[in-house]
Amino acid sequence: MTESVTTPDVLTPADSGGWSQFNEERLTPMKKYALRNPSLIVGLGMLFGMLFLVGMGHVVWETEQFQPLSAPTRLAPTFSAELRDGTTAAFPFGTDTQGRDLLAVAILGTPLTLRVGLIAGGVAIGLGTVAAFLAAYYRGFVDAAIRSVVDVGLAMPALLILILVRINIGRELSIDEIGIAIGLTSWVFPARTIRSQVLVMREQTYVELSRLSGTSGMGIIFKEMMPNLIPYITASLVGSVAGAILASIGLEAIGLGNFSEPTLGMTIYWNIQFSSITLGMWWWWLPPLAAIVIVFVSLFLISSGLDEWSNPRLRKRV
Amino acid sequence: MTEQTQAVETSSPSTGTQIIRMISGVLGHFVVKRFLFFLFVVWLASTVIFIIPRLSGQDPVKEKLLLEAQRGGAMQTGLDAMAKSYQKRFGLDQPMWTQYVNFLKDLSRLDLGFSIAFFPRTVNDIVFESLMWTLGLMGTVTILAFILGTLAGAVLGWPRKPGWLQYIFMPLLTLSAIPQYLLAMILIFVVAFQLGWLPLFGGYAPATVPTLTFEFAVDVVRHAILPAFAIIFSAIGFWAIGMRGMMINTQGEDYMIQADAKGLKGSRIFMRYAVRNALLPQVTGLALVLGTIVTGQVLVERVFSYPGIGDILFQAIRLSDFFVIRGIVIIIILGIAGATFLLDVLYPLLDPRIKVRNS
Repeated sequence: MTESVTTPDVLTPADSGGWSQFNEERLTPMKKYALRNPSLIVGLGMLFGMLFLVGMGHVVWETEQFQPLSAPTRLAPTFSAELRDGTTAAFPFGTDTQGRDLLAVAILGTPLTLRVGLIAGGVAIGLGTVAAFLAAYYRGFVDAAIRSVVDVGLAMPALLILILVRINIGRELSIDEIGIAIGLTSWVFPARTIRSQVLVMREQTYVELSRLSGTSGMGIIFKEMMPNLIPYITASLVGSVAGAILASIGLEAIGLGNFSEPTLGMTIYWNIQFSSITLGMWWWWLPPLAAIVIVFVSLFLISSGLDEWSNPRLRKRV
Repeated sequence: MTEQTQAVETSSPSTGTQIIRMISGVLGHFVVKRFLFFLFVVWLASTVIFIIPRLSGQDPVKEKLLLEAQRGGAMQTGLDAMAKSYQKRFGLDQPMWTQYVNFLKDLSRLDLGFSIAFFPRTVNDIVFESLMWTLGLMGTVTILAFILGTLAGAVLGWPRKPGWLQYIFMPLLTLSAIPQYLLAMILIFVVAFQLGWLPLFGGYAPATVPTLTFEFAVDVVRHAILPAFAIIFSAIGFWAIGMRGMMINTQGEDYMIQADAKGLKGSRIFMRYAVRNALLPQVTGLALVLGTIVTGQVLVERVFSYPGIGDILFQAIRLSDFFVIRGIVIIIILGIAGATFLLDVLYPLLDPRIKVRNS
């Protein structure tokens, strides 16, 4: 590889262009980066691997049977279960005490839970970023007001506020509404961390220079600061998504989810409610549990990988 | 703090009492400021709690009463007394401002009202019984996780550790990414259901009455082990990450190089020079994660049907017992704000490097 750089006259037409060039110019640096930052690659691999399986499931599997009473109850995983009308059907993930096909539940529930997380994470990071920029760029009264809201918000566990809001609304929230509600209660932490990043960045010479050359406030924020903050904001987004999924499953496990949606959290709720563990129905709790663990571990790996990418000081080795 | 002490010493070295008064004056000022912030948090939180039901335009009390009335039967006689009691207590016909002042007044006396589902039991009565269980479990677990996690992080951030320790870092981190209540479910299945070593659920054996005997204490401990481990396992990773980072930061410091140059023993440098300096920021971490610990534990208690706040909260949600839910939220916020206040006040005493700003 180094040869071709130092002695370009040796380069033959066969070497340049085609796959070998692609291999040298694109894949080799990627491979090297993957080796240096394995958490990012492993995390992305786990997440997309699971999403691929779920997508396959949508294509090949009949997902209508996620509803209660659509399948025989309490079936252990089987490929030939006799139905009431004499035909046989396969239930590779088994069924629960209320007659849901648990494979259909897993296929539908995983993307639903991720969707809650993405909506909430997006809302939280959006609000948090705006608040952080307002506070750190304009300082003074705006900063003081936002900071005290953030400080108070940090002292109140979001889940409890969500419980109170949900109880007072008095009806079941849709998946998207749950996502938005979680986002509205969890923007304070990203606001605080992004604010401190902006404060540091504000004193950098390139921002100073831009200000001296007469760029407007909005211009500095969007042209100078935003591009440099994007890695950090992405890392916080991943963290927020994980936190939001945690909150949504918590809300559902305590009995305030949407009872007609087969999310992972609702499946956990039914498991606790019917004490599937003591019934010995391991096939009931294992798939949602595994899916949640994969989601959290992969998001965690992605976020620490992104941290390393956006903040090279973390690359210190022991 | 030290600078101020010196300043006082130079101005009036003769009287020791004056110095003490000055120091306590400075501390007092700082404490007062933190206390005012604590009051501010509690006030703002209770205002939010007061506003939420009024914004939604629904009256959970009336709805619950209607629901009970529809079911009819046993509750009918209690209904009138209850409704009257509520109307009198909360003055729901009075203007909003009066209601708000009354709400704050009740709150300042820690009067959280009556339970709707278990009238005439008060919210305090219901909550404080379970609070003992929650606090007992949470106190033990938080301290244990802090010690174990900090130790693990300290060793992991130490360059001269045994090589194999490198491999426990990733599993520890992975564990910390898994929600506590899922670890709880796994532990119930493996340890309690498959192996049968420990009880499946509850705070004590179902048929026993809580007494102060040795057998009962053993029973309580046996029931607490699994919930405790579910929380400890996932908390260890959090503390380990923070401590490891701080340990790495101490590596380049002058005092570390000096300690090395003096030829001190490795164990002494580790404990007295590296760990001691890296340890204190961990206390700040404790203040930051208190909320997470509480909500995490609420869900773990739900999974184990542990007789703590989490279980009461779940029951109250199931019975839509609004005042119990509200009382639990208020008590938890009070607890977190109070603990944060204490940590804030104690921190400068623990770490003299932090100067108390006196302005």
